[in-house]
Amino acid sequence: MVRSVARSVALLVLSLVLGLLDVACSDHLRSGVFDPPRTAPNFVLQGSDGSRLTLDRFRGKVVVLEFGFTHCQKICPVTLANLAQVHKHLGAAANEVQVIFVTVDPKRDSPERLRQYLGIFNPAFIGGTGTSDQLEVTSAELNAVRQAYGVVASEAPAEGESAYDIHHSSSIYLIDRDGKLRSLVPFGKPVDDIVHDVKLLLKS
Amino acid sequence: MSRLWSLLAAPLALGCAVTSAAALVPVKYDSRDAPFEIPKGTWARRMAGDKVDILPSEIHLVAGTNLVLKNLDSVPQVFGPTLIMPDQTFRLPFDSPAEYQFVCTAHASGQLTVVVAEAPTSALARLRWHARVISENVSRLWKGA
Repeated sequence: MVRSVARSVALLVLSLVLGLLDVACSDHLRSGVFDPPRTAPNFVLQGSDGSRLTLDRFRGKVVVLEFGFTHCQKICPVTLANLAQVHKHLGAAANEVQVIFVTVDPKRDSPERLRQYLGIFNPAFIGGTGTSDQLEVTSAELNAVRQAYGVVASEAPAEGESAYDIHHSSSIYLIDRDGKLRSLVPFGKPVDDIVHDVKLLLKS
Repeated sequence: MSRLWSLLAAPLALGCAVTSAAALVPVKYDSRDAPFEIPKGTWARRMAGDKVDILPSEIHLVAGTNLVLKNLDSVPQVFGPTLIMPDQTFRLPFDSPAEYQFVCTAHASGQLTVVVAEAPTSALARLRWHARVISENVSRLWKGA
């Protein structure tokens, strides 16, 4: 009798352990996943913090990469506000995460304007634009970065008071500590899901 | 007359059984993945002016399903705001019912529409769903043949 109870208890414990292991192993990214992940294309840009902005500089951190512009009214403010929330949720671990916002509007987004705009959401966010004073060169540099990621951006007539609008890809990219492009987060993904995915990349 | 009935009874009963089963079986995938492959040579065919759509131009999914695209071609394919590299798989979850438009270089039109719906609950809606899935699969097999 005692032996049979002991066996039942052992089986119960074993199944609980296996169940927990299964849950732990099945934890997966909630956004779009690349398999196998490729190395995220590096770039050399002018940073809004006055530095030379390269992706390689943040090796060892998780990078959250967004493409947008400071005059954007519908997409970028929402995404950046969400990313500011993500930073808060991460607590101390936020120091191991870097948000990079690459402009698709070099005509209007100077490093200083990017710094001021991003500071509204989180002063730790860094903006990036081309390295040259010549618009053509800067535009070409940014265009090359967009192409490397498959990002699309095109000028369009403005709806509000702005001189023009820019239609652009609204997803964000998650790059792991080893510089691998791991995930694409579609616009509108809940903050909790982004926090979950960033935490997962921090662990890996 | 009774002989005619006896001949028709079996196919009629089978038809009723299949229809009832299609209406009763809940809509779900064996896994949460809806896989599609971009075959080798897709880019070359497009460049040669071949207008044949490799993938369906409209994909219907139930909320909670992952669209899984595997690029077997030798060049990167643009899908939405990203590139899928050769031999790379991209798995994108769809949680909310809506119609999603993507730029997609595997399509002659350059456009893919993903229609995500709540899992149909009524018998008629389930019947319609299964009929569309069967029709899409038959059409895909026909094109592949």
